[in-house]
Amino acid sequence: MTGYDVVFALVGLVTAGAAILTVTSKNLVHAALHLAVTLAGIAGVFLVLHADFLALVQLIVYVGAVTVLFLFGLMLTRAPIGREALDSQNRGLGLAVAGGLFVTLAALIVQAYAGHPSVLPQRIPTEAIGMVIFSQWVLPFEVLSMLLLAALIGAIVLARREAGDSGDTVDQTRIEFGDAPSTEQGRAATEPVELGAGESGSESR
Amino acid sequence: MSPIGPLLLATLLFCVGVYGIIARRNAVLVLMSVELMLNAVNINLVAFQNLLWPETAFVSGQLFALFIIAVAAAEVGVGLAILFNLFRNRASVNVDDVDLMRW
Repeated sequence: MTGYDVVFALVGLVTAGAAILTVTSKNLVHAALHLAVTLAGIAGVFLVLHADFLALVQLIVYVGAVTVLFLFGLMLTRAPIGREALDSQNRGLGLAVAGGLFVTLAALIVQAYAGHPSVLPQRIPTEAIGMVIFSQWVLPFEVLSMLLLAALIGAIVLARREAGDSGDTVDQTRIEFGDAPSTEQGRAATEPVELGAGESGSESR
Repeated sequence: MSPIGPLLLATLLFCVGVYGIIARRNAVLVLMSVELMLNAVNINLVAFQNLLWPETAFVSGQLFALFIIAVAAAEVGVGLAILFNLFRNRASVNVDDVDLMRW
């Protein structure tokens, strides 16, 4: 039982608890924040395993970018964020499949690596990663950059509002003014022309 | 340290992701569960590279983890764009309602 094991046990417990809270919490924003804790814990696991560069990439890309993207997704879709019907009917099926898979895989892993000697994690310098990327893995690296470009263009094309059909379709999501603050209500009551002008402007756009 | 710990943690994260995909209805949460599963695979790759075969295979475990991180970021972007489009057209992000391509 070395120091690595102790630190790994602490970080792993935090990570596992946050992961379970991610898929079980009622509030979706809480789920996204628990996901951020989980991803930061995985970066900690990478640090314990001496993969420093990967831990930094994990922190920047996942905790920095992907979590913000998820929060934007939650806020922009105006989905039922609160404690509403979030679980589908097949919760028992999910528990059965996930539990069975976990028991099977854990038994296989323990059986396969029970007699493995305890080793210290090897530090692989970032230099080596850079040398290998730009000497032997150049082609996958370039293909990956093309994939990122394609994903960027595809996301823009998919999420863009079409130029022609913005105002005339009825299945657009409308903003109800029912729960707006009182100042908004007063302004809308005194100046009803503003709303009509805004709607016609959006139609012409 | 023994490789059992990281492998068991990765297994737990993967199974939690499987549960999230099966049992949740909100599509954003399903995307989060997919991210959990991809991260579990990353932990496996790094553990195998740094604990079992550190000198061989030209750090390809960590390289594959890097590639998986980039591909997962692209997947989140495109997935959320599809979600926005779906929400604009059907006013719902419930995965049970999305049966556009069934027949």
